[in-house]
Amino acid sequence: MNAPFSVNGVALQLTGVGKRYDSKIVLHELDLTLHAGEFVALVGRSGCGKSTLLRLIAGLDTASAGAIAADGKPHINLQQDTRLMFQDARLLPWKTVLQNVGLGLSGDWQSRAQEALAEVGLTEHADKWPAQLSGGQRQRVALARALIHRPRLLLLDEPLGALDALTRIEMHQLIERLWQHHGFTVLLVTHDVQEAAALADRVILIEEGRIGLDQAIDLPRPRARGTAAFAALEERILNRVLALPGHSEEPAPPLALEPVVPAALRWAL
Amino acid sequence: MSSKSSSRHLTNTLLPWLVPLLIILAWQAAASAGEIDNRVMPSPLAVLKAGKDLAASGQLWLHLKISFVRAMIGFAIGGGIGLALGLITGLSRRGELLLDSTVQMIRTIPPLALIPLVILWFGIDESAKLFLVAFGTLFPVYINTYHGIRSVDTGLVEMARSYGLKGWPLFRDVILPGALPSILVGVRFALGFAWILLIVAETISASTGIGYLATNAREFLQTDVVVLSILLYALLGKASDAVARLLERRWLRWHPAYQ
Repeated sequence: MNAPFSVNGVALQLTGVGKRYDSKIVLHELDLTLHAGEFVALVGRSGCGKSTLLRLIAGLDTASAGAIAADGKPHINLQQDTRLMFQDARLLPWKTVLQNVGLGLSGDWQSRAQEALAEVGLTEHADKWPAQLSGGQRQRVALARALIHRPRLLLLDEPLGALDALTRIEMHQLIERLWQHHGFTVLLVTHDVQEAAALADRVILIEEGRIGLDQAIDLPRPRARGTAAFAALEERILNRVLALPGHSEEPAPPLALEPVVPAALRWAL
Repeated sequence: MSSKSSSRHLTNTLLPWLVPLLIILAWQAAASAGEIDNRVMPSPLAVLKAGKDLAASGQLWLHLKISFVRAMIGFAIGGGIGLALGLITGLSRRGELLLDSTVQMIRTIPPLALIPLVILWFGIDESAKLFLVAFGTLFPVYINTYHGIRSVDTGLVEMARSYGLKGWPLFRDVILPGALPSILVGVRFALGFAWILLIVAETISASTGIGYLATNAREFLQTDVVVLSILLYALLGKASDAVARLLERRWLRWHPAYQ
């Protein structure tokens, strides 16, 4: 059965959360509750606002309206307990795998980093550079880097989007196992309805900045993808996603930093 | 297998020297055969002999050392200021607004155009040469530091911030290593440029250094010493480039291009 609600996880409460960039409304006033230790997947078309919602919860952006509460308190203090995994692994290329895992730690971080690497099965790669790893291995390093902080809320922003099908399935098993072991709350943003149905307790569809569907997945774990019940659920969600005709893509949210000046001029004489 | 790879390694090491060697052999042959007038161009052996004589009298090391020290001090001053300014404009929006356009304006002045003014200011003593070298090496380091910092992957900075890094740790672990490849390109250019400026400065006004050696030899029609001085500059330039490449290899060993 699904993992019981856990003390290691954060309970999130979003009330009337909205986001606009200039005149463009990306998220309409949106209410959403995540129970402690719950695994929730956000699905939807490109540009529906699901990544924006994740960035608001991660504190990378601020909401234009509404409030986000964690365990009943304002979520500003949540940064310490939240870890975010990006679409690309975002490992520092000039640090070894082990140093990447220990980023931001002090004291006896090396043994802890070794433990975290062992959890994702990469112990023997500790001294390699990120450039020497495959895409799946890099995401596992990023996962270890997130886990070492014992997060109570793990935010996953399409972390498996760039991986091949077999590696994805391996990563699903790994994420599910670690989630069951640690009991943190997970919010997964994904394009892949099957991935959402395979992993999540609840799949939420975001359409044009609103919640279009809130579907509980009451299947036993680990979930076999071939069963009729699974296929029926997957199809139900997929049909709902496709029900609304596609809209033009929204512009990407502005970057946190100033635009990069292309380093075209390399020298001066 | 290993003997094959070691012989390939040997070939790779030796092959770049083949063309210079052939040129020197042809040059020596032409000089020995009397095809080239010794006053126009001395033979390689004559250059070698001039080098040996100067080395024996201690003159060679004296001038070499002085030129080397001048280049390094000038580079340290210019590169240091360039690095500091680049860090300021790269890291701070306000610093960029305040300083960048000024630096870019000064950058367009050819350093050699300053020579009359430099002689008026400093006369012909040490500080004139150091000023010229520092002036010329400042801008390559500045521009590459500035652009290096600006082109650090914003995704990595965002990631590091979300992991609680800010201030000095953020700079030390993310921004500086991200900018380092670009900064080292600037250092290589600056080192090459330091020698160009130094030879001009030493040729115009000096009583020591390799440039002086060459000018002085010209007065006495010692073409062998003139050629020797030119070769010394080439060797010094090559040596400083090798040092810069060594630094790249050491500091950028994480980079796929250096693995």
